[in-house]
Amino acid sequence: MSAPRRLVVARFLRRPAAVAGLVVIVLFVSVAVLAPLIAPFDPVATSWSAIRKAPSAAHWMGTDENGRDVLSRVVFGARASLLAGVVSVLIAAGIGVPAGLLAGFSGGWIDAVLSRLVDAMLACPFLILAIALTAFLGPDLTNAMIAIGVSTAPRFMRVARAATLEVGSADYVQAAWSIGNPGWRVAVRHVAPNIVPPVLVQATLSLAAAIIAEASLSFLGLGQQPPSPSWGSMLNAAQRFLTQAPWLAVFPGVAIFLCVLSFNLVGDGLRDALDPRGS
Amino acid sequence: MRRRLLTALCALTVLFTAPAVAQTLRIALREDADILDPTLARTYVGRIVFAGLCDKLFDIDEKLQIVPQLALGYEWADPKTLVIHLRPNVVFQDHEKLDAAAVKYTLERHLTLPGSFRRGEISAIDHVEADGPLTVRIVLKAPSAPFIAQLTDRAGMIVSPKAAEAAGKDFGLHPVCAGPFKFTERVAQDRIVLDRFPGYWDASNIHFDRVIYQPMTDTAVQVANLHTGNIDLAERVIPSDVAEVKRDPKLRIVTSPALGYLGITFNLGNGDQSKTPIGQSARLRQAFDAAIDRQALVDVVFNSMYVPTAQAVPSSSPLYVHGLEAPPRDIDKAKALVKQAGVPTPIPVTLMVPNTPDQAQLAEVIQSMVRDAGFDLKINLVEFASSLSAANQGNFQAYLIGWSGRTDADGNLYTFLKTGMGQNDGHYSNPMVDEALDSARTLNDPAARVAQYAKMMEQERKDLPIIYLYQPVNIVGLSAKLTGFRPVPDGLIRLQGLSVTK
Amino acid sequence: MRFGLGGRIAQIVPTLILVSVLVFCLQQLMPGDPALVLAGEERGDPRVVAQIRAELWLDRSLPVQYLHWVGNVAQGNLGYSWRTRQPVSQLVAQKLPVTAQLGVMAFVIAVLIGVPTGVVAAVKRNGPWDYVANAIGLAGLSMPNFWLGIMLILLVSVHLGWLPPSGYVPLSEDVSQSLATTIMPAFVLGNAIAAILMRHTRSAMLSTLDQDYVRTARAKGLSEMWVILRHALRNALIPVVTLGTLELGTLLSGAVLTEQVFSIPGFGKMVVDAVFNRDYPVVQGVVLVTAFLFVVLNLLADILYVLINPRLRRA
Repeated sequence: MSAPRRLVVARFLRRPAAVAGLVVIVLFVSVAVLAPLIAPFDPVATSWSAIRKAPSAAHWMGTDENGRDVLSRVVFGARASLLAGVVSVLIAAGIGVPAGLLAGFSGGWIDAVLSRLVDAMLACPFLILAIALTAFLGPDLTNAMIAIGVSTAPRFMRVARAATLEVGSADYVQAAWSIGNPGWRVAVRHVAPNIVPPVLVQATLSLAAAIIAEASLSFLGLGQQPPSPSWGSMLNAAQRFLTQAPWLAVFPGVAIFLCVLSFNLVGDGLRDALDPRGS
Repeated sequence: MRRRLLTALCALTVLFTAPAVAQTLRIALREDADILDPTLARTYVGRIVFAGLCDKLFDIDEKLQIVPQLALGYEWADPKTLVIHLRPNVVFQDHEKLDAAAVKYTLERHLTLPGSFRRGEISAIDHVEADGPLTVRIVLKAPSAPFIAQLTDRAGMIVSPKAAEAAGKDFGLHPVCAGPFKFTERVAQDRIVLDRFPGYWDASNIHFDRVIYQPMTDTAVQVANLHTGNIDLAERVIPSDVAEVKRDPKLRIVTSPALGYLGITFNLGNGDQSKTPIGQSARLRQAFDAAIDRQALVDVVFNSMYVPTAQAVPSSSPLYVHGLEAPPRDIDKAKALVKQAGVPTPIPVTLMVPNTPDQAQLAEVIQSMVRDAGFDLKINLVEFASSLSAANQGNFQAYLIGWSGRTDADGNLYTFLKTGMGQNDGHYSNPMVDEALDSARTLNDPAARVAQYAKMMEQERKDLPIIYLYQPVNIVGLSAKLTGFRPVPDGLIRLQGLSVTK
Repeated sequence: MRFGLGGRIAQIVPTLILVSVLVFCLQQLMPGDPALVLAGEERGDPRVVAQIRAELWLDRSLPVQYLHWVGNVAQGNLGYSWRTRQPVSQLVAQKLPVTAQLGVMAFVIAVLIGVPTGVVAAVKRNGPWDYVANAIGLAGLSMPNFWLGIMLILLVSVHLGWLPPSGYVPLSEDVSQSLATTIMPAFVLGNAIAAILMRHTRSAMLSTLDQDYVRTARAKGLSEMWVILRHALRNALIPVVTLGTLELGTLLSGAVLTEQVFSIPGFGKMVVDAVFNRDYPVVQGVVLVTAFLFVVLNLLADILYVLINPRLRRA
C-alpha cells in the first residue's frame, strides 16, 4: 500500500459525504443487530383488525396487508438486505479477484480459458443467471445470496484482470521486473495493492447492485421466505396495493435507497482516500 | 345495376346506423396466451382469446345452462348415443362450409393429433358419425353425464378441416374457426389482433371491427391503462384494485362467481413426505380445518370479495351440494382434536406455496391461524413450475393450489379425488368416494347426481385429503361506455352483444 | 493485445459454445419438468406427459439433446417455442428491435447524464458541483429499477396523465407514439447506467488529469478547457467506452424487470417468462443471440480501446 493507513483514514475523514454515509451504515448495522430492541412490535405479529392502516402515532410507517407493523418489518428487514449485500459481494470477490489476478498476471492459456468463461458468464444476462441459479437451489435468502454472488463474480474477475494488466505495463512494475524480482513477488508487492482501488470501486457498485438484486429476486418471489421480512419481499407484497397503500412500497424502497446510497458514498470516499495518485 | 345500387344503399345504411365506424376493442389479459389451436391449447387466457376466434357447438349462460351455438340442439338417442343438430349456413373464416363432416373431422383431430389436450376430456367417445350434412351422431363407450359439458369448451370448438389439414401442427399460428373474429396477427407477449369476420353467422350481434388482446402482467399497470382508456376491458382485476377502479366514474366493475376453488392438498400416500403426523392423521387435518377462519381469510386477502367454501363444486352449479357450507372457525374443537390425536405440539407442517404475492399472503394468514391450534406451519415458496413437479413426485406435505374449474362439477372432482387419477397428488384413496364419483358420471338426472356428490363429500370432509378454502369471483373491469357485457361464471369475455355507447 | 483481430474473432466461437453449454446445464439443474408445465391442467394424464417428453426429445440423454439443438442451430434453425409453437427466430426478430430501441435510447440518456456530470465532478473536484454531480449519479444508482418504474407510472401517467403507462408502439408505426411509450423505461434503464458512467468518467478523468502529459499541456499554458477536452477526456473515455459496451449487456438484465413493469414486449420480458414457463428453446435462443451480440460488442470495445489508446497501439 503506497499510502500509510493513518493517512488513508485522515483523507477519508476529510470528506463529509463519505463520513455521513459511514454514519448511516453504522446506523443501519446497529439497527440490524439491535433489531429486537429497537422494533416497537413483533415483525411477524399479525392483526386482522388493523390491515393496511396509514402511518399513525402508534404505527409510524403504518401497517401492512396482514396488519403487521411496517416500521418493525423495515427494522428487521435491514438484517436480510445487509446480509444479502455483504455476503454475495464477499462470494463474488472471493471468486473473482484471485481469478482475475491469476488471469491478468499469468496470461497465456490460463488467461484464455478464464477469460472465455467470464465472457460466457457475462454474456448471459445477470438476472437470468441469478433467476436460474435460485430456481435450481430453491428460493430462499441463502440461495439468493449464493446466486447473486456467483453471477457477480465475473465482473470482479474482469476488473481485477484489467487492473492487473494496466498496472503490469506501468513503469515501476516494469522496473521491478527488470531488476530481477521473481513473478510472485511482483504480483504480491507491486500489482496486488494497486488493483485495490478498482476492486473497491467494483465492490461498492456490487454491494449496491447486490442489495438491489436481492430486492429484484424477492420482487419476483425468489428471495426471503415469509413471514420473515426483507425489503425486497416487502416490495413484492406491496405491488398489489400501490394505489391504496403506497406507504407499503415507499418505506422499504426508501430504506433500500438510503442503504445503497450510503454504501456508495463510503465507497467513493474510500476510493479517493486509497488512490495513491490522489492529491 | 339495380342490385348493386341496393347493396350500396344497404352499406350506407349500415355505415350510418352502426354505433361507430372502425371500432376497436382492447382487452387486457393477465398473462400471454399459449398456442391458439383448440386441440393443443392449455391455458385459461387462451380460452378468452378463443371466445373471439372460435365458436363452440354449445355455450353456457349465466346460470351454467347449456345453450346452442354452432349446434341448434341435441338429444340422447340412447344413453350412449348423442345426436347433435347443427346450425345451417355456417361458414368458417376461410369460407368453407361448417357441416357434420367438419365436426367429425374436428372431434377426431382432438382424439388423434399428437399432443392433443382434448383427448382426455372426450375420451368417452367411441366413434363419431356424420348422419347427413347437419346431423352428427356421437357414440360413447359408456353413458357419461359430464360429456355434453365438454362440448361447451375447447373440445366443442370446430376448426376448418381444410386449413387444419394444410397446417398440421402449425395450425395454431394461423387458426381458422367459425367465430366472430378472424386471426390477423400475433406478437408474443404484446398483442393478439383479430378482425371482424363478415361471414359470421351471428354478425348482427358483433359491434366491433377489431379486437386486440394485450397481456399485462402487472396489475398496477393494468389499472392505470383502464384509467387512461388505453384498454376498454380488463379480464381479471384483483380484489384489492376494485375500490380504485370503482372510484373512476368512467369505469365499472362486473363480478360473477367463478367455477374454480382454492384449497390445501395434503400428501396422504405419495412417497416419504406423506409419513408426517398430518399426512397420517385425519384428526389432525380436521383440527387444521377447524383452526382456519375462512371468512377472515377472504376478508384479509381478498377484500371480502371471494366466497368461503368447503367443497369443490361452485355455488353457481346446479350440482352444488346445499347444506355443505363453509364451517366457522372453532379453535376449541381444533385444540381438542389435536389433543385426541396425541401428537406433541407444536406439530410441524410444511406448506408448499406457488410464489405469487396473493398466495404468499394467504399462506401467511393460514400460518398465524393454525398456530393457535398447535401447528408450526413452515411456508415453502416455490416457483409454480417447480411446484408442479414436486406435487407429481410426492415431494410435499401440503400444497396450496387452486383449480380454474370446469362447467360440469365432475371436472372439479374426479381427477383430484378418485384413486389413482392424475391430479390426485396426495394419493388419496377411499372406495366409497370412488364409487360415488363413478356412479355420478352415469346419472343424467341432476338430483340423483347431487345425491351421489353429497354422499361422497360427507366422507371427503372426514378424510380431508383436500381442505377447500374459497371460491374465487371473476372480476371484470370495463369502460362504463361498454354495454351488453354478460358475466358468465367461466370468466370468458363473450363479444356477442358487446358494444360502445357514445 | 496479445491476439490480433482474427484471433479475437476466433474466440467468439468457443465463448458462444460455452454459453450454450452453460445454459443447457442450468436448465437441466432447474427443478420443474417442462413436460409437466406444458401439460398444464392435463398433467394428471401420464400418457400426455410421456407423449410431450418424446416429442420434445426430453426422454433422450442430455448430450443427445444438446447435439440435436446445436445441429439445428448450425443450420440456422433455433427451434420453436414449446408454449406457442412460434419459431424462435421469428420471436427474436419481433423482439430484438424493441429491446434494441430501448437500449439505444437508454444509452443515449446515460451518456447525456453520465459523461458531463462525470467531467464536472472531476474538474470541480471536492467543490459543491462535485457533490451535486455525485448526488445525481448516486441517486440513480441507488434506486431499484422496478421501484423507480412503478413510481414513475404512478406519478407521470396516473396522476399527471402525461405519458401512456405502458405498452409499446413500434417506431415504424408512429415515431412520436413510439418515443412516448419508451421514454420512461429508457430513462429508468439509462438512469442506472448514467451513474456508473459518471463514476467511471470522474475517476478516469481524475487520474488522467494528474498524468504527466496533462500536466505538461497545462504547463505549456494551454487553456484549461482545451486540456480537459483534448487530452484528459480523450483518455478518460477509454474505460468509459469499454464499460459502456459492457453495460449494454447489463442493460438487458435491467430490461428484464423494467420491461415487466412497463409491459414492453422485449427480450427481457420474453426470457423471464420463458424461464418460468420452462420454455427452453426460447431461453436458449434468446440467451444465445444476446451472448452473440454481447461478444460482438466486446470485440468492438477492444478495437476502440486500441484505437483510442495510443500507448497500446504502439505495443
